[in-house]
Amino acid sequence: MSKGNDNNRSRLSIRLRKELPFHLMLLPGVLLVLVFKYIPMVGLSIAFQDYSPLFGIFEQDWCGLENFRYIFSLSTFPRVIYNTMFIALLKIIAGILVPVTFALMLNEVRNIGYKRTLQTVVYLPHFISWVALAGIFLDVLSLDGIVNSMLSGLGLKAVYFLGDEKIFPYTMVVTDVWKTFGWNAIVYLAAITGIDPQLYEAAYLDGAGRFRQTLHVTLPGIMPIVVLMSILSIGNVLRAGFDQIFNLYSPLVYSTGDIIDTFVYRLGILGAQFGPATAVGLFQSAVSFVLIVTGYWVADKFLGYRVF
Amino acid sequence: MKMTRGQLAYAIFNYVFLTLLGLFCLLPMLNIIALSLSSRNMVNAGAVTFWPKQFTLSSYGYMLQKSNLGPAAIVTLKRLLIGLVFNLGLTILVAYPLSKEKDTFRSRKYYVGFFLFSMIFNGGLIPTYLVISKLGMLDKVWALVLPNAVTMYYVLLMLNFFRGIPKGIEEAATVDGAGWFTILVRIYLPLSLPSLATITLFIIVGHWNEWFDGMIYNNHSEHYPLMTFLQYHVLNFKTSDLRPEQIAANPALADLEGRAIKSAGIVLCTLPIMCFYPFLQKFFVTGIVVGSVKG
Repeated sequence: MSKGNDNNRSRLSIRLRKELPFHLMLLPGVLLVLVFKYIPMVGLSIAFQDYSPLFGIFEQDWCGLENFRYIFSLSTFPRVIYNTMFIALLKIIAGILVPVTFALMLNEVRNIGYKRTLQTVVYLPHFISWVALAGIFLDVLSLDGIVNSMLSGLGLKAVYFLGDEKIFPYTMVVTDVWKTFGWNAIVYLAAITGIDPQLYEAAYLDGAGRFRQTLHVTLPGIMPIVVLMSILSIGNVLRAGFDQIFNLYSPLVYSTGDIIDTFVYRLGILGAQFGPATAVGLFQSAVSFVLIVTGYWVADKFLGYRVF
Repeated sequence: MKMTRGQLAYAIFNYVFLTLLGLFCLLPMLNIIALSLSSRNMVNAGAVTFWPKQFTLSSYGYMLQKSNLGPAAIVTLKRLLIGLVFNLGLTILVAYPLSKEKDTFRSRKYYVGFFLFSMIFNGGLIPTYLVISKLGMLDKVWALVLPNAVTMYYVLLMLNFFRGIPKGIEEAATVDGAGWFTILVRIYLPLSLPSLATITLFIIVGHWNEWFDGMIYNNHSEHYPLMTFLQYHVLNFKTSDLRPEQIAANPALADLEGRAIKSAGIVLCTLPIMCFYPFLQKFFVTGIVVGSVKG
């Protein structure tokens, strides 16, 4: 035993003592995450089991990939994946274009009182649960609802926004953007305030009006954030919005409106087919994981973004 | 500076468009409020737009007296208060050590990996449900509080805010012999009030609006929180679901199917949040901006 080793050990113990409070602070959080996030991950093994609720998780019969073979053999499953990606991608695209446009337009408003009131109003839907919003849309968009009575007042044909399978996905996209655009504009508005005022002066001296300033100064100024938000939203491609769709869909629109999460719910919780439902969940989690990690990697590599 | 005609047109277009957008957000709510305050006949005749017709409070009277709104509101208040204590406390306790650089906290990277992985991968609906049921938490308020008591989004907001606090303050305190707990409680928390207010608002809104956990983790509907109650007993309610003897026992139940009563339920369940978020607007806007994305 050399003296250096002793020194190392005492340095280690000093460090441990100094960092002990950190470990203690983290302990409760670690335990809760362990129980409620990591143990369910172990439970994903149900995806490879012929699960029966009568037995414990380690007493089940293993069935290999049988559950996966089963779900991919269902004629509805490819449709469910298509619906999920279709709705999610439209939501991602509209969910960036609309807030950015809104932020750019709001930036043109000089009247502070008007600006603040408008912001309060557009943040409103963000604070309402999809349950209540679904109640509102089920009424407002129904055949007796105010939208259809306005349409008929204009001499137009009634539209069954929530019952027509061709229209339902678009109703989901529009109502989702309606709920989120104001809130999502906050980051872009903040980015706009960070733009150097000298750039506007220079553009003004070059003869650019307000519209051209928006186009050539403001928009490029917030572009890094827009790109970052787009990259980070790629992870949502298989998450089309359970809360919204579950509360608004009906068997009439399953062909275009049934998404992975609603499918898992009906299969697992209502149908008690735990094995196949978990297999679908695992498939979704695994694909999302790859997409999110890729998104983080790209954002870190090219935009210097770090999560923690 | 005088505007040219083009600039004036641009400004007018802007104001008109934004005002329409604002109305677009507001009008569905106004319609529901008007429906909830109108008589049944007017509602059924489709005569109500944005102003009550044959004003009456009977739908509200019905919701408050004859439905189970009260007990459901108590469940929500319970989960909200317990959830607030746990969620806020854990957010602070997790965010503070992780906001340190790796030379102050050597094991930081292992914890970051642990939490990051839990954020981007999950066991999904069925395994989570089984864990909660095996722990005997079904029909208990803990099932609505503990599973999401560590919310990574809030941790990240808090952590980024902590990072913005100048290091010099902390170094001075360390020299004076203060430990990490003391520094957190005496220095960091008092400086973090805007962020704490933002996260408190998010936690309250989150618990108030959450409904799915209330639905799957409760076998008995008397344990439903407010939004699950709204979803299950008000919005999805159909008179045809009732047995004849139930209607005979409580004839008022049959009224639940009415649009006016559903509207009153929606308004009652969302009103408290509607009334208080505008006052915190200044906080949450800065809270998000500091906490989320920095260019």
